[in-house]
Amino acid sequence: MTQDHPAIDPSRPQAAEVAHEWRAADLDPVAERRAERQVAGLFGAATLLILASVLIYGFTDYNATVGVPLLGDVNVINVFMGLTFGLGVFCIGAGAIHWAKKLMPDVEVVEDRHPLTSDEEARAAFAETFAAGVADSGILKRGILRRSLLGAMALFPLPLIVLLRDLGPAPTHGQLNHTIWRAGTRLVTDVTYLPIKAADVPVGGLVNAVPENLPQVEEQDGTLNARAKSVIIVVRLNERDIIAQQGGTPSAPWDYQGILAYSKVCTHVGCPISLYEQRTHHLLCPCHQSTFDLADAGKVVFGPAARNMPQLPITVDAEGYLIARSDFQQPVGPSFWERA
Amino acid sequence: MTPTTPLGRTAVALDERFAGAKGMRKLLNKVFPDHWSFMLGEIALYSFIVLLLSGVYLTLWFKPSMTEVVYNGSYMPLHGVRMSEAYASTLNISFDVRGGLLMRQIHHWAALFFVSSISVHMLRVFFTGAFRKPRELNWIIGVILLILAVVEGFAGYSLPDDLLSGTGLRIAQAIMLASPLFGTWMAFFVFGGEFPGLDFIPRLYTVHVLLIPLIFLGLIGAHVGMVFYQKHTQYPGPGRTNKNVVGYPLLPVYIAKAGGFFFAVFGVIATLGALVTINPVWLFGPYVPNQVSAGSQPDWYMGFLDGAVRIMPNWEVHLWSHTLSLNLVVPAMLMPTALIGLVVAYPWLEAWATGRTGEHHLLDRPRNVPTRTALGAAFLSFYLLLFIASGDDIISTTFHLAFNDITFLFRVLIFVVPVLVFWVTKRIALSLQRRDIDRLMHGNETGNVLRLPHGEFIEVHAPVNERDRARILSNPAIEPLPMPPATDAAGVRTPNYRAKRLQAKVSHFFYGDRIPMPSAEEIAAAQAHLDAGHHGHDELTH
Ligand code: HEM
Ligand code: FES
Repeated sequence: MTQDHPAIDPSRPQAAEVAHEWRAADLDPVAERRAERQVAGLFGAATLLILASVLIYGFTDYNATVGVPLLGDVNVINVFMGLTFGLGVFCIGAGAIHWAKKLMPDVEVVEDRHPLTSDEEARAAFAETFAAGVADSGILKRGILRRSLLGAMALFPLPLIVLLRDLGPAPTHGQLNHTIWRAGTRLVTDVTYLPIKAADVPVGGLVNAVPENLPQVEEQDGTLNARAKSVIIVVRLNERDIIAQQGGTPSAPWDYQGILAYSKVCTHVGCPISLYEQRTHHLLCPCHQSTFDLADAGKVVFGPAARNMPQLPITVDAEGYLIARSDFQQPVGPSFWERA
Repeated sequence: MTPTTPLGRTAVALDERFAGAKGMRKLLNKVFPDHWSFMLGEIALYSFIVLLLSGVYLTLWFKPSMTEVVYNGSYMPLHGVRMSEAYASTLNISFDVRGGLLMRQIHHWAALFFVSSISVHMLRVFFTGAFRKPRELNWIIGVILLILAVVEGFAGYSLPDDLLSGTGLRIAQAIMLASPLFGTWMAFFVFGGEFPGLDFIPRLYTVHVLLIPLIFLGLIGAHVGMVFYQKHTQYPGPGRTNKNVVGYPLLPVYIAKAGGFFFAVFGVIATLGALVTINPVWLFGPYVPNQVSAGSQPDWYMGFLDGAVRIMPNWEVHLWSHTLSLNLVVPAMLMPTALIGLVVAYPWLEAWATGRTGEHHLLDRPRNVPTRTALGAAFLSFYLLLFIASGDDIISTTFHLAFNDITFLFRVLIFVVPVLVFWVTKRIALSLQRRDIDRLMHGNETGNVLRLPHGEFIEVHAPVNERDRARILSNPAIEPLPMPPATDAAGVRTPNYRAKRLQAKVSHFFYGDRIPMPSAEEIAAAQAHLDAGHHGHDELTH
């Protein structure tokens, strides 16, 4: 502790005695009046600027724009009202600080600091009163009262917590493991909702797709929940480039002539994946760069994601449009505790 | 004697009703030490006030609802687009409420000022040892305030339901899902079911505008109240001791400076709000779960978590048909919890290693406590590395490096750099101490060269001034606790021997490397020597 150090001489001057440097305004009435003018000037500027900001609000059309170098076309009210107001307020502050620095007394003063702890006697008396008060209540002696009170108090918040139950439904496995894809659901293009003919998907091409019934489901449900899980991407590879898929048999393959459907929801923390590199068949997540190899069962080749991108088994219907063979065979999106 | 001036009469009238004369007088004379670094906490306080003011204004138009509407306001590019009411009302504030965009931008800039100034304020408190007894409780309140500020900021930029905020929420929901045991339940309760649902934005709104601000008000009140009650610390200097406070009185100087500073901070935030676009949500578009805006960045204070998530190996454990996502649990839950735990425990850890129990009101110069300073610097380097790692995509495109290599590099750096930084910082602090003592004993180099009668050239050294002298002498030069003897003279085992030995070891880690201060006699002798016109080093080297 500093004050105990032997090297510090106890006779050090108090701050008030430390040489105080006089300011120009303390000595020279001209300098003093100059400082006064500066402060008044700042306050005056503040008044004008703040008035100007109100006038700008009152006299400009609300969507009037004006070109400003560096900023481009800007809304007059936002930029100029803000600027005049900001500078005006700043001038008030600058004036007050300048006033304090130049004209108010600048001699530092010393205040004693009393120890934050009381003297021995007061502390002992306090501790005694405290202990006596608690003893008088009997809570230490009457164990049964203490224990029953504790029991009641421990339970008291329980109803308040139970009441939170209806914050949401219980997570069910059905919900977590399934999407609205079903056997026979057509794949339709995202945004335009057009069915996709297998013949129209070129090798190397990528199509963003959703289930055909998504618009109806969204209409009924009013949420984006179904969309958040069912969005897929459809790519076509040369069949001989496909190393592995997540399922299927030679008679019922999960691809259709090299057309593969994968979930678009990253298995890391659920960002929608957007970048596809045709040459390497790699799908790259923009959030943390997890990379999935679509030619090799959607396997993670790089990044923090731990699981393959789930594959949607597909085929075509009688008219040659792509349809799902079933729902996803594993939950899509990020991991969760109950996931097998 | 009755006062005759109107102000004097007001004071008397007040006292006749509240009998506060003594206390009020003391209050007006209360002394506040002055230093630029004490303004960091003030910036936090003032930006909080600006947040309250601008936030209330925004609530008058913002609609926290996820109900879908079709936009028909005056921002043409989004005309006819389906979006949530929350997003539509944010566009409305930005384009159809006069000055609304200004208020949005003031609010966002104030939030950035808030979190940034709290962070730097915390660094200042750490590196100067202001957290020591009796201020440990305020340190903890401070940590809670920092965490709350980050949560509040995240809540704030999630409210508009634009593409960026939705992506952030999706990530937050996935992290909830990944929590072991009750993660799925938590996510379902918070979001009212699956993501995104309809309940979340209204709930978040209540948290953002009511719950957290109320806690803020209480905690900030307690925080500043404690500073007031315990009196502010001060830096060492002439006349400044552990038993006094040197500075300016509340009335008039401190009121003028602190009050003026509020307006200055408000003015800067408002000017930024007017001139510098922040969070242009209209460019991102409404949130749709199958879109993501590439290259969009969250506010800076989320960066370190993002970076940690990026460089974590993709470990996932499957046990008894359950999944434990270590790739999220470690970087997004365990890592921040451990950091917070360390920060909260630090004041006690240091006090234990120091083995002293007194009050500390004089701040440390960071160089005088090398191990603390080095620990702080190492911590900071760890945090900064994680922050930089969150920009690995930018690093990759700028320097044409493969993600594989960058990630590997960060995994190494995150363990190596803090150790190096610790070591280097400690060396620097120790050599600064050595230089201080050198200056104290031999004076400052003046650059004036003197030719001695016998032809030798020497440089004239001048004694250090009063201020530097006091600052140099403030070095506490703490000694490590001695190793306890295993048994006393009578052969009785020292009670708590193991704990005491550990304490001595930690103490040695903290204070083992030290530069002893010269004794008072040595200093006096050196001083006399300098005063007598001898010239520093020459005397010792010859
Ligand atoms: C809402 C956020 C915060 C506000 C509004 C705030 C405000 C203030 C103010 C006005 C002061 C006095 C001036 C100063 O020393 O800078 C202060 C002091 C202090 N703050 Fe904070 N602060 C905040 C966050 C924090 C954090 C995150 C920490 C540390 C974890 C912290 C720890 C302290 C301590 C220990 C003091 C006493 C400093 C001394 O007496 O030297 N504060 N705070
Ligand atoms: S969400 Fe895709 S890598 Fe993180």
